[in-house]
Amino acid sequence: MSKIHVTTTVNGDTVEYLCEPTETLLDVLRDRLNLTGAKEGCSTGDCGACSVELDGRLVSSCLVLAAEAGGKTVATVEGMAKGENLHILQEKILEHAALQCGVCTPGILVAAKALLAKNPDPTEEEVRFWLAGNLCRCTGYDKIIRAVLDAAAEMRGA
Amino acid sequence: MVKVTLWGSLRSATGGLEQVEASGTNTREVLDDLAKKYPALETVIAGGVSLAIDGTIYKDAWFTPISDSSEVVLMPYMAGG
Amino acid sequence: MNMTKRLRKTEGFKIVGTRPQRPDGIEKVTGRALYGADLSVPDMLHGAVLRSPHPHARIVSIDASAALEMPGVRAVVTSADFKKQAKFFMQDTLDNCMARDFALYDGHAVAAVAAKTRKQAEEAAAKIRVEYEILPHVTEVEDAMKPDAPILHAGRSYRNIPEGNNANVTNYVEFGHGDVEAGFKDADLIVERSFKTAATHQGYIEPNACVASMGPDGRGELWVTTQGHYMVRDFCAPFLGLEESKLRVTPSEIGGGFGGKTTVFLEPVALALAQKSGKPVKMVMSREEVFRASGPTVSSWTDVKIGMTRDGKITAAQAKLRYQGGAFPCGTIALGAMTAFAAYDLENVQALGWNVMTNRPMQASYRAPGAPMAIYTVESVVDELSQKLGLDPLEVRLKNAAKKGTKSSYGPTFSDIGLVATLEAAKNHPHYRAPLGPNQGRGISCGFWFNFGGNSSVSLHVSPDGTVAVTEGNPDIGGSRASISMMAAEELGIPYDKVRTIVGDTNSIGYSDTTDGSRVTFTVGIATIKAARDAIRVMKGRAAKVWGIDEDAVIWEDGAAKPSGPNAGEFPPMTMEEIARNAFKTGGPIAGHYEANSDGAGVSFGVHLVDVEVDPETGFTKILRYTVFQDAGKAIHPAYVEGQMQGGAVQGIGWALNEEYIYGADGRLQNPGFLDYRIPVASDLPMIDTVILEIPNPGHPYGVRGVGETSIVPPLAAISNAVSRAADVRLCELPMSPPRVLAAIDAKG
Repeated sequence: MSKIHVTTTVNGDTVEYLCEPTETLLDVLRDRLNLTGAKEGCSTGDCGACSVELDGRLVSSCLVLAAEAGGKTVATVEGMAKGENLHILQEKILEHAALQCGVCTPGILVAAKALLAKNPDPTEEEVRFWLAGNLCRCTGYDKIIRAVLDAAAEMRGA
Repeated sequence: MVKVTLWGSLRSATGGLEQVEASGTNTREVLDDLAKKYPALETVIAGGVSLAIDGTIYKDAWFTPISDSSEVVLMPYMAGG
Repeated sequence: MNMTKRLRKTEGFKIVGTRPQRPDGIEKVTGRALYGADLSVPDMLHGAVLRSPHPHARIVSIDASAALEMPGVRAVVTSADFKKQAKFFMQDTLDNCMARDFALYDGHAVAAVAAKTRKQAEEAAAKIRVEYEILPHVTEVEDAMKPDAPILHAGRSYRNIPEGNNANVTNYVEFGHGDVEAGFKDADLIVERSFKTAATHQGYIEPNACVASMGPDGRGELWVTTQGHYMVRDFCAPFLGLEESKLRVTPSEIGGGFGGKTTVFLEPVALALAQKSGKPVKMVMSREEVFRASGPTVSSWTDVKIGMTRDGKITAAQAKLRYQGGAFPCGTIALGAMTAFAAYDLENVQALGWNVMTNRPMQASYRAPGAPMAIYTVESVVDELSQKLGLDPLEVRLKNAAKKGTKSSYGPTFSDIGLVATLEAAKNHPHYRAPLGPNQGRGISCGFWFNFGGNSSVSLHVSPDGTVAVTEGNPDIGGSRASISMMAAEELGIPYDKVRTIVGDTNSIGYSDTTDGSRVTFTVGIATIKAARDAIRVMKGRAAKVWGIDEDAVIWEDGAAKPSGPNAGEFPPMTMEEIARNAFKTGGPIAGHYEANSDGAGVSFGVHLVDVEVDPETGFTKILRYTVFQDAGKAIHPAYVEGQMQGGAVQGIGWALNEEYIYGADGRLQNPGFLDYRIPVASDLPMIDTVILEIPNPGHPYGVRGVGETSIVPPLAAISNAVSRAADVRLCELPMSPPRVLAAIDAKG
């Protein structure tokens, strides 16, 4: 089987890659583009550790074929900070100590960013349901939810 | 002599005694003496045990001082998460 | 200078008790932090494991010839590629990594392949022909104890096993004191119940992963996600026949462990493949492999009998605990029998325990191993007694609580413990008095864990600009680099951001026990504080030399040397920066180190309060409110202490309500994925409130007590008690999944 040539945009940069038809977007991000921020926790779309945005839509990159990303824009955790300035969500996660091992953190950040783009003023319940697809085994979610609500308030200028 | 309390299932090694006497001034001496007096305890001790001395648990210490008035309790070697 | 204050400090902290950002934070929020599967090295191969589809079978033959002909394949290994071990525990651990003669559970590794790509390795593994002779299997604890049960391996029982047990029963323990039969005679009410708990998995989000390389000279390199890289070395070196110091193990960032990464699975296999192929080999478990072949905890079947007087005094208490710890002998039962009644001051108490082998993976430690399922049963019966006698369940616990001077149920007499204060805090909290609605119930439970000390090494280097580099040997699983930096800064009297703490590999810092037993902030803390004192001693000496005074006339305060005493003379303070700047002129580089062999970790108690609502139509339980009370000794970084309390509580909530290993009649694991093995998600939960009590532990210079494990212990009973009260029927089996709760509601009529 011959490889597929794909041209896409990742974190604002045009990138090209050759991939197998069976390769996932997560495989390509991690193994071909050296972007290991997205993690493989399950490869079945249950844990959210591989969350990225595809054309602004939150997806589990383990469930997207790499070939599907052609002509689209991909946003990963590596694109959240601008230069030396962290995204407000990144700052708030740190400030609230909302991570322990940190392996779910990239997925949580990408998912939370997608939420706030859609809904800048979510309730606690809305944050909990939006992040229900992102498993965290360390924190019990309390500090994560608080960090996202705090970031939302700050981003609204409240 | 130091009085050493054993956990229940070790009593088969001491003829049913829950508390036995051993001589020594530190953990190593007391454990060595126990193994000498009760050969059935030797494999248990060699396999690894903890000792609680006056309420503090010691896992791998040879030279922790023990006095005749110390409360000494033999405990299984422990693993954590 | 007050010398006692110097040795033990419990107040006047400048940094300890604050909430600074963790030093590894930026890497972890930007995706730069490297976990086990994030490293790739040039010319690397990928490994894949062939696993047994049978729960119990004799391996008649393994033929890898077809696999070796497959494209990209460089090596195949089986149990024949590892060294035979003299000690049972070592051989068991190796046999769990790679089956020898017998496949003992569904998912047991039988062979492994290294190839140019992961896909090639998986395809080649599928071509390995294994001839199995299928044997009868057993996966449930109650079945494995029956006289006619299939036997896993004969001859592995300890000699004190009572008559009448089959060869699957490997360990037997008894703890307690007094005369329970006499005690039961004094009771006004006796409740006797039988309980079951399912096996659960640690559920770390990062699958096990490593990259191994080996030279023909016996030197190896291993990059691995683990709770203890010295532990990994000490298993792998003898398995491969290497000298320990020639195998350098470097810990990656670790994506959760909870005890599950305190042993080895892939690591020796990756090293063997690297040895045989002469190339680096990367191995990563799939989630299915994580469930089938790593972890899990024990499952249990326990009978509890407790007698109580009308006014709530426990007269006697007895538990018979039976744990299955998978396919090998397992000592976790001892911890269960020791902890079951630890929260109580009892005259007559007895805990008996049996460990049973089954065709399941070798159990791995899981946060306070053995304790949650034991204490669940006891706290359930105490609650039922309180309910039946019309007594306040919290008052009953206060009345019987273990305290200083109590002869504990496992033997030693307790010294300073914080259980009564913790119960009082719960009693005085608004949560305990909040009104409840229909179908709602409130549950309470105590929890206990020993906490460990042990060995850890720290080396502390003062750089020429006066900043400090700390190297320690314990993987940072939940923010320990922050607490270690804080303790170093506190002791040295310098700002937190002048310290950077890193985790060294096995060859760059001294031996350190595994990150387990809630021991890191305690033991590495001691080593850090003493390493800082060692460096301070050197720096005071340098200042004394410069001033031309006696070293004893120099004190250390606020990050500077100062002359002190009648004959010291008048000199302005010499700051650490100044001492460091001149170090090469005053005697050379400045460093301090300490290798701790610590005891006195201090046992830990917690109390959890939970409100639930049970839907009588579906049996679904919703957690409405949750509060954790726990004694932390001294909280170095309170936010991460809260995090431990919240995280443990939520793991316990999963155990109580959802999580279970489900084996079919065919002996295969039916739910090896996060869809069917459901851990709690954000929408299942309310905020988890925390109340930290600080009763200083006399065994630590700052009063630290381990906090990591106790928090998983109380949720099982707290939630079961709340559900039982809400549904008005006593639940005795975990998890309390909706069908199980509904069946209990229906059964009461």
